[in-house]
Amino acid sequence: MNARPLPASLVDNPRLDRWIHFQPDRTVRIATGKVEMGQGVVTAIGQIAAEELDLPLDRVVVLSGDTTNGPDELYTTSSLSVEVSGSSVRLVCAEVRAKALERAALRLNCSRDDLTVVDGQFMQNGAATGQNYWTVAGEIDLTQAATGTAPVKPASAYRVVGSSVPRLDLPAKLSGAAFVHDVLPKDVLHARTLRQPNRGATLASLDEAAIRRAAKGELQIVREANFVAFVSPIESVVQAAAAAAPAHAKWDNARRLEPAQQEAAWLKGQPSDDRRIGTWPAPATPPKRPAQITVSRPYIAHASMSPSCALAEFRDGHLTVRSHGQGMHPLRKNLAPVLGLRVEAITAQHLHGAGCYGHNGADDAALDAALVAMRIPNRWIRLQWRREEEFGFEPVGPAMLVTLHVDLDECGRPADWTTEIWSPTHVQRPGSGSGYLLASEALPNPPTEIAPFDPSEERGGGGTRNAVPLYDVPAHRILHHLVMHPPVRTSALRGLGALPNVFAIESLIDDLAARAGEDPVAYRLSILSEPRARRLVELVAERAGWASRGPSGAGRGLGLAVARYKNRAAYAAVVAAVTVQETVKVDRVWCVADAGLVVNPDGARNQLEGGIVQAVSWTLKEQVKLDAGGIASRDWESYPILRFSEVPEMQVEFVDGAGNPTLGVGECTVGPTAAAIGNAVNHALGVRICDMPLTRERIMAALLKT
Amino acid sequence: MAIAFTVNGEAKRVEASETATLLDVLRNHLGLMGTRYGCGLEQCGSCMVLVDGQPAYACTREVGTVADRKVTTIEGLGTPAKPHPLQRAFLDEQAGQCGYCLSGIVMSAKALLDRNPTPSRGDIVAALDRHLCRCGAHQRILRAVERAAQAMSNGGPA
Repeated sequence: MNARPLPASLVDNPRLDRWIHFQPDRTVRIATGKVEMGQGVVTAIGQIAAEELDLPLDRVVVLSGDTTNGPDELYTTSSLSVEVSGSSVRLVCAEVRAKALERAALRLNCSRDDLTVVDGQFMQNGAATGQNYWTVAGEIDLTQAATGTAPVKPASAYRVVGSSVPRLDLPAKLSGAAFVHDVLPKDVLHARTLRQPNRGATLASLDEAAIRRAAKGELQIVREANFVAFVSPIESVVQAAAAAAPAHAKWDNARRLEPAQQEAAWLKGQPSDDRRIGTWPAPATPPKRPAQITVSRPYIAHASMSPSCALAEFRDGHLTVRSHGQGMHPLRKNLAPVLGLRVEAITAQHLHGAGCYGHNGADDAALDAALVAMRIPNRWIRLQWRREEEFGFEPVGPAMLVTLHVDLDECGRPADWTTEIWSPTHVQRPGSGSGYLLASEALPNPPTEIAPFDPSEERGGGGTRNAVPLYDVPAHRILHHLVMHPPVRTSALRGLGALPNVFAIESLIDDLAARAGEDPVAYRLSILSEPRARRLVELVAERAGWASRGPSGAGRGLGLAVARYKNRAAYAAVVAAVTVQETVKVDRVWCVADAGLVVNPDGARNQLEGGIVQAVSWTLKEQVKLDAGGIASRDWESYPILRFSEVPEMQVEFVDGAGNPTLGVGECTVGPTAAAIGNAVNHALGVRICDMPLTRERIMAALLKT
Repeated sequence: MAIAFTVNGEAKRVEASETATLLDVLRNHLGLMGTRYGCGLEQCGSCMVLVDGQPAYACTREVGTVADRKVTTIEGLGTPAKPHPLQRAFLDEQAGQCGYCLSGIVMSAKALLDRNPTPSRGDIVAALDRHLCRCGAHQRILRAVERAAQAMSNGGPA
């Protein structure tokens, strides 16, 4: 049989024993480099393994994010976990199953084809043979590389994959200790930091005596250049020290920001690295029927429910770090040079943290903890960020400005389309982007600054993510201005540039439909030949009762939008129903998605819903505000997010996978949701608001204009 | 100083400053890690516990003020093996993603159902509106509380 192309993770980690291990207690340990962040990946990976091995799910133990025993699958990002890690686990398990049956057949002196697997037991003609995975495990060479040649189960035979198995991690989270925050090793020392306000700022003085007075207890102050940490066996002591510290620290070279820098409009005209993407066909000059739109989205925060936290211990020259970061192998590679350790001298293990929607403070807290652990060896250090530190120092989602210029044909359809994007970088992950672990900038020899760059187009781009419209457009070009010096550290946040780009495209499409005097759904379908997207548009319009959509300008609106995340992951079509009275209330959202084979339908629906709620929150409420010293939005009052009383009713569903392979779902709803809201508000008011968030001030201003 | 109070039905005596937060005492003195720190500002609800049956923010509540009172935390409700109807309902609805907000939310829901066993959707929203959830599991959480109310009114333990 011909080898199928191996998933990237399996190419990088070919040995079977990086993925699978038979344990003496009659369980099988499946290892994945992807980590659980509340998205259900551990459960989905477990389902795939149980399916391919013909095991009950409770015989599968999933080890996630472990540098000692698990594969290096980089970061848990980009809605790729089930696509890439899941397909790797599927091939590995199919191959190990085949090898195990081969061994058993030899023992039983029968043909491999005579054997079947029922709940891990090998059966011959329906009768137990006494052989199972564990009886032959010792005879299977798992040091071999996966070949990808073993037959995998046909989807028609699935019984675990495709079923809504309850999440494996949820019971613990509902009853007690479950997170890295909750682990208190013996003799643990608590730690907090005083943060360097910005790269290049130097600590001129620190009144340690005043901080000790405020701390009211045994306190150790760790200082290394501009890195400061407070350490004590008593958590409340370090809390008090860290709360008092900023008032007793004087910094030189602290930068001053201007309030205008918090707005997306500031990006235009800033120094940028400009790139042309696409074939850049010569435009018609002059355009015959020009149309355009400019939309913006401000800086937004991850705003996870827990501040970042990490545990670290340095003992006998070896550092062990426990972190809720998105990738443990990358974490140890990034820690090693900063700490002057070999990569092999570091073990990194993932433990749960609060919801993670991209590159937040988790890795930075891990370095903070490691720095303290190196200075105070042989003790576990538990370092937690403060709430204001989390808001003030996590990387934020970039502000973006997107302008679309189109030229229409005689039927009012786009014949020529130019996208112009202004955005800071969307990825400053240490190691794989243009960033560093935060505290490394405070150490004696900070790493030299690298010019920022974005993920490549092959990886879905950053600011350009979803900039290519899904519609039939004869000529299309993108001009990307990567803004070089944003006022704040920016990095990956759920969807990257997809939300502003889909918001721009789908807003313009509605405007063009109005200009043509056509219904937005009918207009879309007239320029959308992609069959999977068409089907979703038709279905979601039907679900939402689009045909009976009321007149524009009546204060209630219905808006629709569609996109395929990264133009290669899952498809989602969304209709939003809104009521606008000074503020926007999203009453209801319908979503129909196509993700091919869905491993865990309820878990995947949970992801669609979560993306919708987060996008409603971003679209209506969120903006990171700046003051002279940096990020000013440092608590939930200055950074409000959507509350229970504001969350829409939702009706989400997947269409049948129709034999298509799994597509990542985690980020597919954010763009369409934002755009559907924008279109619904436009329908409700008869006027379009192009700048997010759609606040009361912007609505009042728009209404005054009409 | 020594402060005596009841936690999850057990009499406890801790040596702590009266001004120590209840959250600090629960986690660092009593090892009850299900009550979580989110903001320390009474803004997110991750630390919600019950004091004499009423929801209270453990992050700011001084432990001296709970002397001789009854404190209930998520650990006092049930375990994975023997969940409280609210915990059962949250699992049945898969009401949560990261789960960090859930223990606080469950405690507020418990206080609601104790005083109003048949709440409307609006009552539940009002009771939970001081809680934040960043993953967007709100609708599942509301359904879970409704489901628990149903189960408990059908004879389950309160």
